Amino acid sequence: MDELKEVLITTDDIRTDEYLINMGPQHPSTHGVLRLLVQLEGEIVHNVQPHIGYIHSGIEKMTESLSYPQIGHLTDRMDYLSAHQNNEAVALCVENALQVEVPERVKYIRTIMSELSRLASHQLWWCVMGMDMGALTTFFYGLRDREDILDIFEETCGARLTVNYSIPGGLMFDIHPDFQRDVKAFIKKFRTKLPEYDRLLSGNVIFTERTKGVGILSKEDAIAYGVTGPTGRASGFACDLRKHRPYSAYDKVTFNEILSDVGDTYARYQVRMAEMWESMNIIEQLIDNIPEGDYAVKMKGVVKLPEGEFYQRVETARGEFGVFIVSDGKKNPYRVKFRSPGFSNLFAINHIAKGWKIADLVAIMSTFDLVIPDIDR
Amino acid sequence: MTNELLTTAIGQIEAEAETRQGAQYVETFVPFAKMHDFMLRLKEDVTLAFDYLICVSGVDHADHMQMVYHLESTLHNHMIVVKIKTDGRDNPAIDSVADIWPTAEFHEREAFDLLGIHFNNHPDLRRMFLDDNWGYPLRKDYKDDIHIVSR
Amino acid sequence: MAFNIYDFTTLTKSIHEGLSSQFSPTATLAIEWTIVGLAYLLFVALFGLFLVYAERKVCAAFQQRMGPMRVGPWGLLQTIADFIKLLMKELITPKNADKFLYNLAPFIVIIVSFLVISVIPFAPGLVTFDFDIGILFVTAVSSVGVIGILLAGWSSNNKYSLIGAMRSGAQIVSYELSVGLSLIAMIILAGTMQISGIVEGQREMWFIFKGHIPAVIAFIVFIIAGTAETNRGPFDLAEAESELTAGFHTEYSGIKFAFFFLAEYINLFIVAAMATTVFLGGWMPLHFGDFEGFNQIMDLMPGLFWFFFKVLGVIFLMMWFKWTFPRLRVDQILNLEWKYLLPINLFNILLMAAVVLFGLHF
Repeated sequence: MDELKEVLITTDDIRTDEYLINMGPQHPSTHGVLRLLVQLEGEIVHNVQPHIGYIHSGIEKMTESLSYPQIGHLTDRMDYLSAHQNNEAVALCVENALQVEVPERVKYIRTIMSELSRLASHQLWWCVMGMDMGALTTFFYGLRDREDILDIFEETCGARLTVNYSIPGGLMFDIHPDFQRDVKAFIKKFRTKLPEYDRLLSGNVIFTERTKGVGILSKEDAIAYGVTGPTGRASGFACDLRKHRPYSAYDKVTFNEILSDVGDTYARYQVRMAEMWESMNIIEQLIDNIPEGDYAVKMKGVVKLPEGEFYQRVETARGEFGVFIVSDGKKNPYRVKFRSPGFSNLFAINHIAKGWKIADLVAIMSTFDLVIPDIDR
Repeated sequence: MTNELLTTAIGQIEAEAETRQGAQYVETFVPFAKMHDFMLRLKEDVTLAFDYLICVSGVDHADHMQMVYHLESTLHNHMIVVKIKTDGRDNPAIDSVADIWPTAEFHEREAFDLLGIHFNNHPDLRRMFLDDNWGYPLRKDYKDDIHIVSR
Repeated sequence: MAFNIYDFTTLTKSIHEGLSSQFSPTATLAIEWTIVGLAYLLFVALFGLFLVYAERKVCAAFQQRMGPMRVGPWGLLQTIADFIKLLMKELITPKNADKFLYNLAPFIVIIVSFLVISVIPFAPGLVTFDFDIGILFVTAVSSVGVIGILLAGWSSNNKYSLIGAMRSGAQIVSYELSVGLSLIAMIILAGTMQISGIVEGQREMWFIFKGHIPAVIAFIVFIIAGTAETNRGPFDLAEAESELTAGFHTEYSGIKFAFFFLAEYINLFIVAAMATTVFLGGWMPLHFGDFEGFNQIMDLMPGLFWFFFKVLGVIFLMMWFKWTFPRLRVDQILNLEWKYLLPINLFNILLMAAVVLFGLHF
């Protein structure tokens, strides 16, 4: 019982009708290796303590011995569902530090890839959410449609998940000749499939009963806990970096920032569903207008950043991802810190899950859409 | 607020803050003794209103440790970087800002875990990723014969 | 009207006469018991295997994939392979488990299922026990099954099993009310509790058509409550894999787990069989009053076929909504029963009584 001493709750605090259960680290609901120590009274949750670190790989230490283009490889593996956005963050940070201007073509392609990555991430989120709620069929429907995006990635970037496509200076390769055709075919198909998702889950009485009013995160709490992304926007926190601090080609497209002021689980669900529609709109605006040009700027063989500190923020599917590079002028960075969205989002769960039941905790966890390697780095 | 106005406003709040324009944002160095009050005023001042703590990083320099706070105001849309130097590297200690921004509680635990910086008045300072008797891996003098190959 | 469905009493009578001419009455009785027991064991085993396979194929069809395809042609031998695997697994008993209760629990659950099957008429004459309080027997015996679940959860010495068993116990006890009351509504229409009498009473028309509105309401309530009784479908939080591992049967492995698993599918069969018998006519073909020609055509197929056709239809319906809907939370399940289904049931009984009294049925 030593571990009881190390958590905030001590054995003196536990009354005899409360008990501690462990959800994870091996978990049937596939969120990754996260351990939640839940203090329960019957079915009601009184305290949730996340324990992380099971997949801590020391990525920030590793970057100190790699060169700047090599850092991008590691970022694929952190938030593996937003690999393109993570790569873009590092690439933009290095390019801004070196004051390198990439061609328009690169910006357009990066944006399209980011949006496809966001779509794929939200599809996986939807299918896992349904599975957590008990509608096991949604798992297959979401993954079936996600395969099309992964095939597009494989065609152009060479890998389905760990794409490593955006590098400082541009892209690794030019897009595949079939890229535009495949993306347009996918968008056309997915526009007919997305209403199917709504029919299956959004309108279902059982689903709405389990998610409406559950786990409300207020706007002040969202800002205080640094909860960004669709989770934060569902509480009214207007944090979409694509709108407020545009990068790449986001200033050339028109799209809506999806906000809700309710902040419950259903709002978080709806914000993500609406974001899928917006992503498709963004891709459609860009896919036919990719300018001609180079796919990369020639960078020096050994990339050295000037001395100083540089911070770059991008909007991933989970929230705001930040890359903070401290450089001392050498060819390896002095310190790299990744500001991961999941890290900040995770610790807001204790605040909002108090007083709800275990089943609601599962619902709240699935709408926070956490990827644990992103949290642990 | 523009960067010049920010610089002046910060100078008005805290005389000992050294502000300069970094590559991207305004960077402020504040002595660690004045740090907590300064942060509190950054948040509560209506014209500044830095209510969103984006990122808390710890950096290990040769003779001191540095904590870097990236802050943003959701109301006025400006960003600032606050840097605090600790006193030496042997037992670095800084005041915790967890009572100002709740998210800092966890970022500071991470800095404690990986760099060994102690935070005063932290509600729950314990290690996050690593075991209790692990060293502090992000320090530059961290040695691990099994996992790290030094050239 | 001519009714030429094959009546199994001829078969059972001939066996009985054949045996009693050979052996003493006691020995005849003993042999008949053995034959009946073996027949039921065989049926349960085979039908259980078939249902597991059917569930996997139906589930795969809804999820747009193919299900088991490799073991045997179209994966038909998959369940046999699974059961051989289960039989070969090591039986691990948790360290501080209550050994006697831990071993007893799966047996209670499976014995209850067998008892209930014994009163279901598969075809004319093919029924083991034909009480005149058949329906009462069914509701009474099926409530004993909850003891097995509670014992399993308690004796496993495991927090998750206990939570699962408590949830499950509360759920089953509540929904038994709805099951019983919806059956009562149909008993009012049938006029008898004897199951063979109920089936005979549907010779002219199935009760679900005969009793129109109250019968349809009773059918819907019965299906919902029956699914909750078997811990299936949207009411499966006792075994919610995404939440608390496997609920009350977490600590069971090997043959004991196979008993729980099999008992769940046999319970599914029981709910479907009761729905078929009471609402859809049991083994009675689809007759419509005086349409002689139509009735003659319907009689061409044997009663056994009709029975399984209807049972499999109801089972498909229950599988359909298991794989489509998310699951309900425990307080929502109990809310549904006590605040919605129970008043609807009571009102429905009054409605049915009015319909029968004033002769408003077909």
